[in-house]
Amino acid sequence: MTDTRALLEVENLYTQFDTSAGIVRAVDGVSYTVKEGETVGIVGESGCGKSVNAMSILRLIPDPPGRIAGGSIRFAGRNLLAMSEAEIREVRGGQIGMVFQEPMTSLNPVLTIGLQLCETMELHLKLSPEQAQARAVELLGMVGISEPERRLQQYPHHLSGGMRQRVMIALALSCKPKLIIADEPTTALDVTIQAQILELMKDLSNRLGVALVVITHNLGVVARYADRVYVMYAGKIVESGSAQDIYHRPSHPYTLGLLRSVPRMDRPRGERLIPIDGHPPDLTREIHGCAYRPRCSFAVERCAKEVPRIEELTPGHASACFEKTRLEPLLEKAS
Amino acid sequence: MHGSTLVSATAEKDPMDANAHAMTRPGAGADADLELELVAARAPFFTALGKWVRHQPLGALSGGGVIVMILIAVLAPHLAPFDPVAAHYDNMAAAPSFEYWLGTDQFGRDLMSRVIWGARTALFIGFTSAILGSTLGLVFGVTSAYFGGWFDLLFQRVMDVFLAFPLIIMALAVVAIFGTGPGNVIIAITIPFVPRCARVVRSNALTIREMPYVDAARALGYGHLRIILRHMAPNCMAPYLIMLTTFLGQAILLEAALSYLGLGVQEPIPAWGLMLQGGAEEYAESAPWIAIFPGLAITLAVFAFNLFGDSVRDTLDPKLRAR
Repeated sequence: MTDTRALLEVENLYTQFDTSAGIVRAVDGVSYTVKEGETVGIVGESGCGKSVNAMSILRLIPDPPGRIAGGSIRFAGRNLLAMSEAEIREVRGGQIGMVFQEPMTSLNPVLTIGLQLCETMELHLKLSPEQAQARAVELLGMVGISEPERRLQQYPHHLSGGMRQRVMIALALSCKPKLIIADEPTTALDVTIQAQILELMKDLSNRLGVALVVITHNLGVVARYADRVYVMYAGKIVESGSAQDIYHRPSHPYTLGLLRSVPRMDRPRGERLIPIDGHPPDLTREIHGCAYRPRCSFAVERCAKEVPRIEELTPGHASACFEKTRLEPLLEKAS
Repeated sequence: MHGSTLVSATAEKDPMDANAHAMTRPGAGADADLELELVAARAPFFTALGKWVRHQPLGALSGGGVIVMILIAVLAPHLAPFDPVAAHYDNMAAAPSFEYWLGTDQFGRDLMSRVIWGARTALFIGFTSAILGSTLGLVFGVTSAYFGGWFDLLFQRVMDVFLAFPLIIMALAVVAIFGTGPGNVIIAITIPFVPRCARVVRSNALTIREMPYVDAARALGYGHLRIILRHMAPNCMAPYLIMLTTFLGQAILLEAALSYLGLGVQEPIPAWGLMLQGGAEEYAESAPWIAIFPGLAITLAVFAFNLFGDSVRDTLDPKLRAR
């Protein structure tokens, strides 16, 4: 897994929340790597720890009740978890940009677009107001917003959701970061706009050499845009591999379940979708064995006793399932 | 513009075609959502003002009163017919006449001039302490909500202690410690205002704190102070302005009360409360105008500011504005 050009290395990350119901292990020993300029997808259903994982990288978990209980996050060779508050503030926005799920509320309604864009650049890049203004115009043009000069004077309520997400992307890119974390960047948008926004992000990340971490529950997004995919379930990574591997040779029952539960263009119309039965586990309770076992049709006795470790099947494709080899023949039958 | 052609094309041609067009050319589609932009008819200032006057006639009337009062206070040296502290010993406690419109007090000082100059004292102290009190309350309230946790808990208990004192008792205590004089009166009036405003602003800021743009601001690496003052405080303007206008009336009344009790502004500075005190007891029967006119000034001023505050609240409250 270790690469010479690794930009972000997350190792054994544990993020927990203390609640009245007990400790919620939202992220439970997650490790992954993002290389420079690469697009990585993190997939999973609601409540599996994707967003907490993203927020943990920038140490934005509200503390209390949340806390990063263990592990290390290395970004460009520096340990983010050991940094002082002032140092991490420089990383936030300066070296790692973030795009949020809700474009409608991610911009401050009482400040103009220009003010919000310029403020960041004046802070991180130490630009003069005039330089920041010029760069803001350039950035808005880059993310495909027409009449950038006029837009700078406008307030967020003048813009539609798609436009606002473009502004958010401009904001994330403004300080020339090395990495952008996009937390469900298209969930709140129209389908037509979704594709545009993703194309834009992919295009800009290629052009500017920015690494991209896309967090989503939409497998279609991942299939099209990610170089590598991590599938998360109950705070753990259950499968990792290239988009090709995940799509064509899923080797974890959960990935398979996810793939079967979304409609696909390459399948006959009217074919029944197979949902995953049951609910994600209650993360306040300690889980014995594999967390997916109660919902898994491949489960064997061993799954209840031991936690499966993530192991490579082929180079770069790993799965945390004892029965991963049993999935193979089934796939051939299906396709 | 490309966006408009795209939208009109949707109506004429096959809609699927237009969609596909937008999908394949992401850059070009940017103009399409531009069309969705809220076309806010930017009403000229006077049109908006006229609408407000029709919806809030009492507010407009009191607003006018407030403006007149401010003008009187600012232009006091030009409006007052006499020097407010000059005693005319040949005309002591004279009844209203053409020379002294509102009469004179027990030292022969022109009441008209004193009421006019008194507006300056009342408004200066009123505005300063109301603005100071609500602004400090705004900052404290937002800070308390932003940090949350034990800080919020502790801070709110301190505020509770301040709130436990009645307004006037609190002011009395402050004057007792710092002494009298306009500066100290301002402090005395400001201190009880701060927790009141902080409490109201905090409850509003608690919801602001959960907004994604506050998280986004943190993700952009902004410091606490910047987030509190620049990103959260402007979003709490509605409760702030409501508290500010409410405080204006209260501050004028409180200043008059403190001066009346001899704890506020001292002679010979013309202040309404002070004039009331000088005239109320001894001259209530022989020269009632000495107490009536400053009393009337206090009543009208507080009434105007309170009515104005009410209409500001009605205007800023989205639940009431809908109708």
